[in-house]
Formats: sequence, structure tokens, C-alpha cells
Amino acid sequence: MTARVGEELPTLRILITRTLIVSGAIASRDYQDVHHDAEAAKAKGSPDIFMNILTTNGLVGRYITDHFGPRARLRKVAIRLGAPNYPGDEMVLTGQVTAVAADGVAEISVTGRNALGKHVTGKVTVCLPPDRPQHVPRPGSDGEAR
Amino acid sequence: MSGERTAGGGPAVGEGAVSEGVVGEGGVGGVAVDDFYGRLKAFEGRTAAVGGEGKDPVNEPMIRHWCEAMGDANPAYPAIAPPTMLQVWTMGGLSGHPAGSARSEAYDELLALLDGAGCTSVVATDCEQEYVRPLRPGDRVTFDAVIESVSPRKTTKLGEGHFVTTRMDVRAGGDLVGRHRFRILKYAPARRATTAKGAKRPRPVINRDNAGFWAGVAEHRLLIQRCTGCGALRFPWLPGCGACGCQEWETVEASGAGTVFSYVVMHHPPFPAFDPPYAVGLIELAEGVRMISNITGVRYDEVRIGMPVELEFLRVDADLELPVFRGVVA
Repeated sequence: MTARVGEELPTLRILITRTLIVSGAIASRDYQDVHHDAEAAKAKGSPDIFMNILTTNGLVGRYITDHFGPRARLRKVAIRLGAPNYPGDEMVLTGQVTAVAADGVAEISVTGRNALGKHVTGKVTVCLPPDRPQHVPRPGSDGEAR
Repeated sequence: MSGERTAGGGPAVGEGAVSEGVVGEGGVGGVAVDDFYGRLKAFEGRTAAVGGEGKDPVNEPMIRHWCEAMGDANPAYPAIAPPTMLQVWTMGGLSGHPAGSARSEAYDELLALLDGAGCTSVVATDCEQEYVRPLRPGDRVTFDAVIESVSPRKTTKLGEGHFVTTRMDVRAGGDLVGRHRFRILKYAPARRATTAKGAKRPRPVINRDNAGFWAGVAEHRLLIQRCTGCGALRFPWLPGCGACGCQEWETVEASGAGTVFSYVVMHHPPFPAFDPPYAVGLIELAEGVRMISNITGVRYDEVRIGMPVELEFLRVDADLELPVFRGVVA
């Protein structure tokens, strides 16, 4: 497996369950009622509870390290939220490598879509472990370093 | 700033609710033009939190709870904390930070000023984190934050409001371990105004070209135009024939039978007197022309292409009746 510019990461599908929304909010110490209390969320004009930004952030980080492995180090995660993640929906995360520097630092653009549109768009900077090829392999070379 | 205040309360609805929904801005003229924005702008650079302390040291149980919630099986954790937990260590939790411990008055004043201007709702829109080094169990986190910017008044799909960006430096043992930039939208919800009780459906614009159609509706007849030159049926009503250009026409009363040719489900944005989600159908009448209308009698998510429908007239209010189509479930 190589990290080369243009490489598409495998998609990650996340079912947006109430359990995920609530456990993510509580694990991030976010007790805003709109993330666990459907009645309170409705009173505030939202059709249901919705995922908090910290959980989205955590899922984006997981998406990157799931792919690049436990030795990859996140350097930067920058996300922007759009359509909310409501219970019963599914978020499909996709990613593409947009830059790979000689020192093994790669940039990945990430998008998470749900039934309403783009829930999250963002950019992740990750330091790849040294045993991964750090340069774009020449066409025709197998590019495997392991 | 403590994250619990800004972690995404308030309604957030619809595609690109914020990020793609900024369609205009007011108060661009700045201080001289807009005194209120001048007062907001004066908060830029002021302290949002100083001397904040994490309520707990970085610890394995919280890391495990987080990893379980995220479904993250990365074996690097919990020896280090997932970097994306950076903000978590600064959160006040259910009871908040002790009074006066971390948040500065400036941030509270800014939020109060926005509340006073009607921007009572808050939604988190952006989070940018840089990680200098991993946090490990036992690290004690401290943090300081500054109000980086306050935007001019923006019109978004959620409502009008101001974006407030804060930047937080997170330290452990005095060393910078991460930087966290957080943007919220403080806004006056548009939804409340648009779904006000008593909001009426839009009125049709009746003119010489379509008056015959609405006269038919008043008699519970759905009238289609037919060109007297070439016999082509047409809908919606137009002065001339799209097929031959002839301006002479007569009407044919639709039988009322039809099928769903296509449809969309409206979730957002909400319009006055409409209660999303609802289906908007493109109905193909038995006569062959198509019209856009509501589909009644079936849930929005049970509408299907090809579903047979039957014409009925819906009394919307005292002054308005509309032709709609009732789904016929097999």
C-alpha cells in the first residue's frame, strides 16, 4: 500500500444510531441536551438529537488511523460541519490523499456524506510511519516497501 | 472558553446549513457604519479563558469510553490519548468548570451581547486542531483561549448571526501540546419565524393566462389546455401552443387519474405553512401531461415512482383550495 497523491481511501460507513450520538457526546463530556434529549432538541427547532462536533472529529481521526495504521500520527484535523447527523442516517466517509511531503507527512481531504448532504468536510495532516514509502513511486514500480 | 458552551447546541438543520449557506453579509462597512458590529469587533484579541485546568488528568477510562463510542480499535490507545480528544480534556462536563475558574468575562460579555441582539442559538461550525505531541495518561492539561475573530452579520440558512472564532492553546506540564481553533455561529433562528402559527400557504398569482385553470379549481375541475390547431395537450397553462405556436385553445377536464412520474422529499429549508419532511410529486395525468403537486394519504417515505394517484381538492384555508393527489397504496 502506498500513500500517493490522488489515492482514494476505502470508504467507511457509519450508522448514525442514537447510541453513537449519545455515547459520543458523553465520552466527549458534551452534555448539551440537543445531543441526548430528543424532546429538548425538538423544543429548540431540531427534528431530533444530532451528533456533536467532537464525535465527528473523533470519527474523522479514526477514519485516517484505521487506514494508515496505529503508527500513523495525526498532526492536524480541520473540519467544517454542514448537514447534521440525525439518528437513523448513515454517514459515508471518503478520503483522498492531496499531498505527500518527503518527510512522510501526508494531507488527506475527507468528506462525510449523509442522506441530507455533506455532514463534514475537512483536511487531515498525518505523519506516516517511516516504513511506508514517502515518495510518489514511479509508474510501473510496485511501490511496496514492506 | 470551555467547550461545553459551544459544542453544538441549538438547531442545526439541512444540507450545508452553515458552511454553504452563507449567502450574504451585513455590516460590512465596519465600525463607522455599524456600531453594533464595532462593539463585537472590539472583543477580538481579548481573552476567552485564562488559567483553565482540565477537570481530570488524561486517563485511561475516559480514553476507553471514547474509543468504544467511536468504534476505534487503534492499539496505540490508551497508551496515548486519541489526538482528536484534545478538546475533551478541557470540557467542563455536566457540572461545568468551577465558577470563575477559567472563562473570562470577555467571552461571557460577548455571548450576552449577541444574546441581547436576538442571536440566542448557537451551533458549532468549524474545529481545527493541531497536535504538537500526544497526550498520555497522567498528563494534566491547562488551557488559555483568545477570541480570535467575530464576523460581520451573516445570513445563513439557520438564520442571521455572527461567527465567533476562538483559539485555545492546550498545555501539559507547561509545554504546548495542541492548539484548538473553534468556530461557532451565534444566530437568531430563522425557523421560528417561518413556522409561526397561522402562516399561510403562498397564494397563486392569477392572471389572464391562467385564470381559466383557477376557475376550474373553484368548481373542482382540473382543466388542461388543448390546442385547437394541432390538438396537443399542455400543462401548465400558457398562452400559446409549444408544439405548433397556435394561440387558440380549448380545455379538457382531467379524469383525475394519474401516476407518480417522479418526486422529491423536502427536508430543508422549511417554508411558512409547510411541515417538512413532505413529498413533492411530479404527477403524470392519465391524459399525458404532468403537473407538480402534493401527494396526500401516504407518508413522504412511502411515495414511489409509478404509484397510482387520484385527484382530490384540498381545502388549505378559507380562501384557498388546491388540486392535490392522493396516493393509492396497492
